[in-house]
Amino acid sequence: MIGMTHYLVLSAILFALSVMGIFLNRKNIIVVLMSIELMLLAVNFNFITFSSFLHNVAGQIFVFFTLTVAAAEAAIGLAILIILFRNLRSINVQDMDQLKG
Amino acid sequence: MDVTSVLFYVFSAILLISGLRVITAKNPVHAALFLVLAFINASCLWMMLGAEFLALTLILVYVGAVMVLFLFVVMMLDVDLEAIRKGFWINFPLALVLGVVVLIEMLLVVLRNPLITTAVNADPATNISNSNKLGWVLYTQYSYPVELASMVLLLGLVVAVALTLRKSEKAAKYQNINKQVATDSKTRFTMVKMDSEVEDKGDAQ
Repeated sequence: MIGMTHYLVLSAILFALSVMGIFLNRKNIIVVLMSIELMLLAVNFNFITFSSFLHNVAGQIFVFFTLTVAAAEAAIGLAILIILFRNLRSINVQDMDQLKG
Repeated sequence: MDVTSVLFYVFSAILLISGLRVITAKNPVHAALFLVLAFINASCLWMMLGAEFLALTLILVYVGAVMVLFLFVVMMLDVDLEAIRKGFWINFPLALVLGVVVLIEMLLVVLRNPLITTAVNADPATNISNSNKLGWVLYTQYSYPVELASMVLLLGLVVAVALTLRKSEKAAKYQNINKQVATDSKTRFTMVKMDSEVEDKGDAQ
């Protein structure tokens, strides 16, 4: 029988995968943004699992708001990416050093 | 092994494999398409958990809107595919170590916590659907956060347009406040002197 632990382990593996993705694709900011979306999915998975197994609807409400904010974040992130590409002609993270950080 | 277990393992296997392909794909278009597959499988798993409303929302919002936006951007940008893959194998050992550390830490928390292993699985026999339940809470207890969320979406819309709009182009229309304030009746209204029109029947034939 599939229990809560199965779902939690699945989302933990998914989260670790997306952490790896951020480090692997340091040249490509598009895939970094996709990894962040995958990470949000793993976190939402945890919320839904706890909400379903503990019979508390608050977790699903939280996922609803996370989805809203993630959609806005993706739109703004891609807009920033487009103006960055317009100015630098590249999507390499290492080229974005104007702030000398 | 019952049907639920088989479904769980099938969906989660496809989810993890497509997640792996997202982070290792050579072409960003393939990565975006594998991310769509990952979202669809996650939505199936959410449906198995009883969160039907959010499962459908995930497909509508993510697959229908966000991933299409990603695909548009990926296809619009003329990216050198060789250059962006350059550091992949150099970063691989560090990424592997960090991923394994994160995974081990989370598995230690998940597998050794007594609260989690004793959770109840039985669903109480209620006839209220998941969407109904969410709607009751969303529009009573959480009505103020819902309005805030709508403001966040409006903000995202305005910011995305304002960031990508190019003011130097002729096509972009924007207000010149000084010109609007300094205007008077002469710039808005001109009298044109012309002869009155006479209908000429002979000309039409």
